Amino acid sequence: MARIEAEVGTPKGGFMKWIDDRFPFTETMKYHVTEYYASKNFNIWYVFGVLAFVVLFIQLFTGIFLTMNYKPSAAEAFASVEYIMRDVEWGWLIRYMHSTGASFFFIVVYLHMFRAMLYGSYKKPRELIWIIGMLIFLVLMAEAFAGYLLPWGQMSYWGAQVIISLFGAIPWVGDALVEIIRGDYSISDITLNRFFALHVIALPLALIGLIFVHIVALHEVGSSNPDGIEIKENKGADGVPLDGVAFHPYHTSKDLVAIIIFLMIFCAVVFFAPDMGGYFLEHANFEPANLTATPEHIAPVWYFTPFYAILRAVPDKLWGFILFGLSVLLPLFLPWLDRSRVRSIRYRGPIYKSALTIFVITFFTLGWLGTQPAEPMYVLAAQFFGVLYFAFFLLMPYYTSIDKTKPVPERVVYHG
Amino acid sequence: MDKLTRFASVLAVTTCFLTSPVLAAGGGADLASADIDPDNMNSLQRGAANFMNYCSGCHSAQYVRYKTIGKDLDLSDEMLVDNLMFNADKTFETIQASMPADDATRWYGTAPPDMSLMARAKGADYVYNFLKGFYVDADSPTGVDNLVLEGTSMPHVLWELQGYQTAHFSHHENEDGSVTTTFEGFEQVTPGSLDSEDYDEFVRDTVNFLAYMAEPVRGFRVVLGKWVLIYLIFFLVIARMLKKQIWKDVK
Repeated sequence: MARIEAEVGTPKGGFMKWIDDRFPFTETMKYHVTEYYASKNFNIWYVFGVLAFVVLFIQLFTGIFLTMNYKPSAAEAFASVEYIMRDVEWGWLIRYMHSTGASFFFIVVYLHMFRAMLYGSYKKPRELIWIIGMLIFLVLMAEAFAGYLLPWGQMSYWGAQVIISLFGAIPWVGDALVEIIRGDYSISDITLNRFFALHVIALPLALIGLIFVHIVALHEVGSSNPDGIEIKENKGADGVPLDGVAFHPYHTSKDLVAIIIFLMIFCAVVFFAPDMGGYFLEHANFEPANLTATPEHIAPVWYFTPFYAILRAVPDKLWGFILFGLSVLLPLFLPWLDRSRVRSIRYRGPIYKSALTIFVITFFTLGWLGTQPAEPMYVLAAQFFGVLYFAFFLLMPYYTSIDKTKPVPERVVYHG
Repeated sequence: MDKLTRFASVLAVTTCFLTSPVLAAGGGADLASADIDPDNMNSLQRGAANFMNYCSGCHSAQYVRYKTIGKDLDLSDEMLVDNLMFNADKTFETIQASMPADDATRWYGTAPPDMSLMARAKGADYVYNFLKGFYVDADSPTGVDNLVLEGTSMPHVLWELQGYQTAHFSHHENEDGSVTTTFEGFEQVTPGSLDSEDYDEFVRDTVNFLAYMAEPVRGFRVVLGKWVLIYLIFFLVIARMLKKQIWKDVK
């Protein structure tokens, strides 16, 4: 309140006063931007939140223009995408940005989540930020899945066929649920239409709403930092955290550098390798959906493959579905699975460091296995790494509580 | 922050290497490389002529407009009309097959696939090896089979150029009684009008054109991409200076 009282004395007028009397513009800007203090020792892991925002913007912007020329019908969808690629002015750029953006969304979000695991960002009092973040991740998966059906290529069709049929494994309601999702007895024009509605309206709305709440929750608690220290506990006489710098202009100027570097990588893919060797745009998706010919090898896009590998590793359909779901949902419980006294990897002991390293290797290996055909050796490997994946989470309460931690310093480590 | 910039620059350079067009090639393990050069305009023009003369009677390229080909391959409207457009009047039309799809289905059991995206869906190497892979098979209705796509219903359209070849296979019985068949090589039995090297060139040009049709904008996007990156590097330098200026008092 001190801030507001100080301003009473200074006469304010003109346009901004007119606005501020009716809408808390200046107050909001101060609270969220110019007087939002975050630690000065952020490293590269702390740019991925902003980058996720950049990708979101790219996806919304390009998505609007794609929608202007795309036809959500089984008869016209594939041709309309090629129309965008060939006949619409700059349509190819918009489409490549959108398809590349989908993959980069997951790259950025996975790195953003990994940052939280490195520095214990999900730990008290930031559990809710983490939970909202996980919800964003789930909606993002649904959004990407719905979007992948829209080009109506072979992999769109058969990938959706495989994933939607998974829900049929649920006892009692499975078949009815699958029918509700498809809106038909097989994937058809009706499915395409409802996925289009979900992809362009319902899920983006949910996404934006959740992201808004994610940021409001973050700004209420304040950002963590690579040392896992609460900067609010060391305030100066003016009430500003000693180790904090204002989001604007300090972090914005730093983020701008990160955004440009990110755009360089993003543009390298868009302009030089939009297929990314078949990982971002699968080769089989350049053939229109054919209901009578199954592609020789159905693989989901790379960002789903770690979970898909776990699904395939289980011989039983229902258990496969349950473990698949669990593998996606388990990170939700991290704030309570992690019993360590410290947040940051810098002050954790060797056990957590080893566990996290094994987890990263496990995640990459599962991701690779999910792109491969289900040959016995690969399935065996997926079972092995699947066990490691679950062990990382389920054994966490034990190994984090016995791990030897180092003392946490009073103030953040900053070398300028 | 210096560490950050260095790390990110390394990352950016690595990505540029990883994303070089080499990676974009798809296809199976034992396919010979098509070795096409998408920047070779003569090869593309020859390929366009090959495609229109030998392929377009049966195969459409329904997303490709003649005008686009003319613009990208340096061909005037007159050249398009005189040399490439056999069943179209206007240059904005797309490439349609002369053979009606219904007849094709009756004659061959399946309509010939559209060629707009074939090189992208299957890979240039696949198409290259397919066009070189026809061999005599007396049991097949068309008299030929194909090494790359067994049981194909496509006849050997290019027989006049390539001639006919037979394929030699060796059979090896495994311990469990199954038989492994290994391809040993082709043997030319009837000569064609082109020798083996000229035929390879003919197929390479054609595949080059098919790869062009699969993504006409490829050439332009690579050129534009370089300018975009140059701009971003310039922007990066300025943003870096701005950041340094703003952060200079933070201790």
